[in-house]
Amino acid sequence: MKNIAQLIVGFSLLLSALCAPAAEINVFAAASLTDSLKVIASNYEKASGDKIVFNFGASSTLARQIEEGAPVDIFFSADEAKMDGLDKKGLIDTSTRKSRLGNSLVVVVPSASKLNVESAGDLTNASVKQIAFADPKAVPAGVYGKGWLTSQKLWATIEPKVVPTENVRAALAAVESGNVEAGVVFKTDAKISKQIKVAYEVPAKDAPKISYPMALVKEPKQPDAAKRFLNYLSSEEAGQGFKRFGFILLE
Amino acid sequence: MTAEEWQIVWFTAWVSALSTVMILPFGLALAWALARHDWPGKSIVETLVALPLVMPPVATGLILLHLFGRRGALGSFLHDTLHFDVIFTWKAVLLALSVMSLPLLVRSTRVAFEEVNPRLEQIARTLGASQWRVLCTITIPLAARGIVAGMVLAFARALGEFGATIMIAGNIPGKTSTLSLAIYQNVQLGEDANAFRLLGVSVVLAFAAVWFSEFLLRRKRKPQ
Repeated sequence: MKNIAQLIVGFSLLLSALCAPAAEINVFAAASLTDSLKVIASNYEKASGDKIVFNFGASSTLARQIEEGAPVDIFFSADEAKMDGLDKKGLIDTSTRKSRLGNSLVVVVPSASKLNVESAGDLTNASVKQIAFADPKAVPAGVYGKGWLTSQKLWATIEPKVVPTENVRAALAAVESGNVEAGVVFKTDAKISKQIKVAYEVPAKDAPKISYPMALVKEPKQPDAAKRFLNYLSSEEAGQGFKRFGFILLE
Repeated sequence: MTAEEWQIVWFTAWVSALSTVMILPFGLALAWALARHDWPGKSIVETLVALPLVMPPVATGLILLHLFGRRGALGSFLHDTLHFDVIFTWKAVLLALSVMSLPLLVRSTRVAFEEVNPRLEQIARTLGASQWRVLCTITIPLAARGIVAGMVLAFARALGEFGATIMIAGNIPGKTSTLSLAIYQNVQLGEDANAFRLLGVSVVLAFAAVWFSEFLLRRKRKPQ
């Protein structure tokens, strides 16, 4: 059945490719989506003939760029707040907004580290001097992480150890380099690196609900092509792609 | 201006001044050696010193990150034997500012040394002054304007340094956040009003630095 579905999707993509001239679709997407979206988009490009141009970064940075009028067709954020912010300013085509991806938070340490993290409380130990976070003031991964530690009543204790980074991948890189003892990133980020290991998985009940909304922006440059790609991102095939990278599919 | 913003301003001014003072002895010695002497490897040293000026600051930052990171050549030694960490601390800011502003100091002081007439130095020597005394009483006073200009340039460069700093020191509020980092972050967060306040402060700081150097130079000129 799945094969037939894929065949149909593939065939329809092929058809649309034949009918429509190749278009360039600008997608602004959260840094944590980098690897999964690249793979998914390259499959889509082969099938559709359209070209997907990515701008990956902290969702907060991307939202700011969209506000300032950056050329973009699709925004794929790592939290609802950034999408809400654009929505309030009337920059998003609300009818196309959809949230189907979820994620979870993990505490990572360098692979060679002997640090043992069994609970959030262990991060307050003196042996953990610095913890890399995507900037908890704005960047989704950091905001989620702050939400988790706040609910554990530990944020005030841990905040002085926080090294805020530009985006979640920069937090991962700081742990990889061994310059910080630990970092808080998404589970999907931890999955792509061999230089770190997961020391603690944050239980879903302790952390804020993580969801990735996507939507067309108002007046996209390639409305039809962008809508097709957005639909593809909601497809079963793309869903499997995201799943392979460790994302959770929300129902 | 909030207390947090004042902290950023003081930290930036203070760490820039410290970096300028720190590189001064080394920069002067290097500039003098480059201006007055020929030695093997001189062109390599010349190129190395100029590199941070021509390379992208983030590239310089990356090199420093790998040198001083806990797994870096120097960093691992500092961390393992001296328990001294540089990266993501205020010391990393100082390091970034020093490396980035050293070329400017060396360039202008070297020119200043070259413009001092060597005959004056030779005359002093024939009158029995030691080389050290010649340096302190003839060469440096005559080159003072270029040295001051170089220091102001170095200080100004330090005030505005961004790329190397963010690579090795991060942007930690209250610890490594400098004016440029804070302005950038405020713009990212959409808090333009805060960014403009900090912008105003950096204009004032830059203005004060240039004015102070003019003041020093004018005082130097009078006795002549």
